[in-house]
Amino acid sequence: MDLLRFATAGSVDDGKSTLIGRLLLDSKAIFEDQLEAVEVTSTARGYDYTDLALLTDGLRSEREQGITIDVAYRYFATPRRKFIIADTPGHVQYTRNMVTGASTADLGLVLVDARQGLTEQSRRHAVLLSLLRVPHLVLAVNKMDLVDWSQEVFERIRDEFVTFASRLNVPDLEVIPISALQGDNVVTRSENMPWFEGSSLMHHLENVHIASDRDLRDVRFPVQYVIRPKSDEYHDYRGYAGQVASGVLKPGDEVMVLPSGLTSRIAAIDAFDHEIDEAFPPMSVVVRLEDDIDVSRGDMICRTRNAPEPTQDLDAMISWMTREPLRPRQKLAIKHTTRVARAVVRDIQYRLDINTLHRDTDSQELGLNEIGRVSLRTTQQLLVDPYEQNRTTGSFILIDEATGVTVGAGMIN
Amino acid sequence: MQTHAEYRLSHLDELEAESIHVFREVVAEFERPVLMFSGGKDSIVMLRLAEKAFHPARLPFPLLQVDTGLDFPEVLETRDRWVGRLGARLVVASVEEAIAKGVVVDDGKTSRNRMQTGTLLDAIESHGFTAAFGGGRRDEEKARAKERVYSHRDEFGQWDPKNQRPELWSLYNGRLHEGEHMRIFPLSNWTELDIWHYIAREQIEIPSIYFAHQRRVFERDGMLLTESPLNPCRPGEEAAERTVRFRTVGDLTLTGCVESEASTLDAIVEEISVARVTERGATRGDDRFSEAAMEDRKKEGYF
Repeated sequence: MDLLRFATAGSVDDGKSTLIGRLLLDSKAIFEDQLEAVEVTSTARGYDYTDLALLTDGLRSEREQGITIDVAYRYFATPRRKFIIADTPGHVQYTRNMVTGASTADLGLVLVDARQGLTEQSRRHAVLLSLLRVPHLVLAVNKMDLVDWSQEVFERIRDEFVTFASRLNVPDLEVIPISALQGDNVVTRSENMPWFEGSSLMHHLENVHIASDRDLRDVRFPVQYVIRPKSDEYHDYRGYAGQVASGVLKPGDEVMVLPSGLTSRIAAIDAFDHEIDEAFPPMSVVVRLEDDIDVSRGDMICRTRNAPEPTQDLDAMISWMTREPLRPRQKLAIKHTTRVARAVVRDIQYRLDINTLHRDTDSQELGLNEIGRVSLRTTQQLLVDPYEQNRTTGSFILIDEATGVTVGAGMIN
Repeated sequence: MQTHAEYRLSHLDELEAESIHVFREVVAEFERPVLMFSGGKDSIVMLRLAEKAFHPARLPFPLLQVDTGLDFPEVLETRDRWVGRLGARLVVASVEEAIAKGVVVDDGKTSRNRMQTGTLLDAIESHGFTAAFGGGRRDEEKARAKERVYSHRDEFGQWDPKNQRPELWSLYNGRLHEGEHMRIFPLSNWTELDIWHYIAREQIEIPSIYFAHQRRVFERDGMLLTESPLNPCRPGEEAAERTVRFRTVGDLTLTGCVESEASTLDAIVEEISVARVTERGATRGDDRFSEAAMEDRKKEGYF
């Protein structure tokens, strides 16, 4: 059994909570006491139906306002896969939460209401998922029961979306007509839509091929921590602990440590109390080298002829996440892999209108929930790859040095 | 050339790798981490992951246990064996002592579980711990579903759910001001079933009360509670011997057991797979008081 992380985007109006509630119910991830609590609350509020959205609105303020304001994580499993849902709110003022949810997702699920067709909001969701390089995208056309299961309506929405998505970077797209309320094409195939030849949403989630999404060619091993037991038994042990970002490491491999550029060979790879023959993403391992060279947290182990470029100049798309806008000359802390530095904003090249994809080059700042292309200069070298090649070595966060709060997320061009 | 499929990790291996990454990040970035250890299955799995993260070195942080004075003896025995085997340092913060010191007030109505919060915050502050690992999982409860892996606490130890830091990729932000600390939840993405599968796979030692055994129990508020000098029957309650096991461990006056014949890990996994009630809903008196019980306790600084 493997693991698939997916992000959902949409609003209550699109039936997102109903869909998630159904996925959880039908995979038995919701327990009787949870369902009973929701039934009690629904009755108390005078609803004549069980409001499945109550299952997913975790905080009291959200329940009171009837909206989701934060990323919520949900879990369910089928015999084939374990799933982690990053459930994010859909409105534009919550763009930062959607970016957060999409950052770790293998798949993005966008919902539209069949009666409404594509809206500005659904286009924006697709843009964000493509910007975050979520490799698989599913458009679920919901509420098909309310358009008489019309093939024509579905195909019109599908074609419009496919045309729109061709302007984005979407490697894999699936469009599925569903009714979350009645369960059509959610877990089992719909008898109301015999004209649809594709698989149900659950079947697609269980079978979508994610094995090739990981980069197994370019070795990138950011050193997190140096393990030195200093005990009698392990007197000379010196191991470099980290999580493999990409590539496959094997004992005997010739490697280079950045930023020093010193080379050595892998003596052994430890996984707890035994040695292993190879390490690949996303394994957490300890690498030992043949030579006693200086390696510390923030360094990166890679291959001699395939290494990221050490640089102090970053050109990146930045998603801004705080009220006080980002402005030129602003100074921030930056965390990239296991390295922390300071950065200064050189230039805001443009602000991207995520609804129209228009680039506003006149903008001199980025406000809350806005995204733009920004040039940064850092105090020390970072070991970066383009985000489109590597979601680990191509991403960073920006931290306000006074408040300590995470204020931005960056994807390197 | 091997195919990609051979380079896939199972879901348990992926969760393990993610948790180990979190442990190493925290130890690299925080001055004084501590692991909150209850002796329950989740904190034992945490301890196992910490052991793996730093092997062959010893744990680079102590364990902190809040002693309610109402713990199951079997749990304390297991705790001592783990501490002994790992050569770990154990810090015990006692609710009794906190009451004596006036840090928390025993008004006769507040449960020991609830008084743990004050005791815990006092221990974190007096030892100057800057990061405290907890075994909380997001699948446990609705308020937890929105908890970060790094959960920021202000100088009063409080959680502000509406003002959480965004958490992207695996880039954790551990910045703190004086007097603040971070709660760290390395098991955020594990479910109850994942925990059990992992315990079975790794053959991890857990307290015997998780397995079916004979015990004198009585019914109170719809829960089966253990009879003990610490938890005597009230008038009208009658204890009888039954075959039971515990799904969670905590304060024995509040932690109910379930009737079960599951005496092996495989049988427990089987039982959990078909369970229709959450572990907290079934057996934790402390979560039953209101719809937002957990959210309120978390805001105050609970685990």
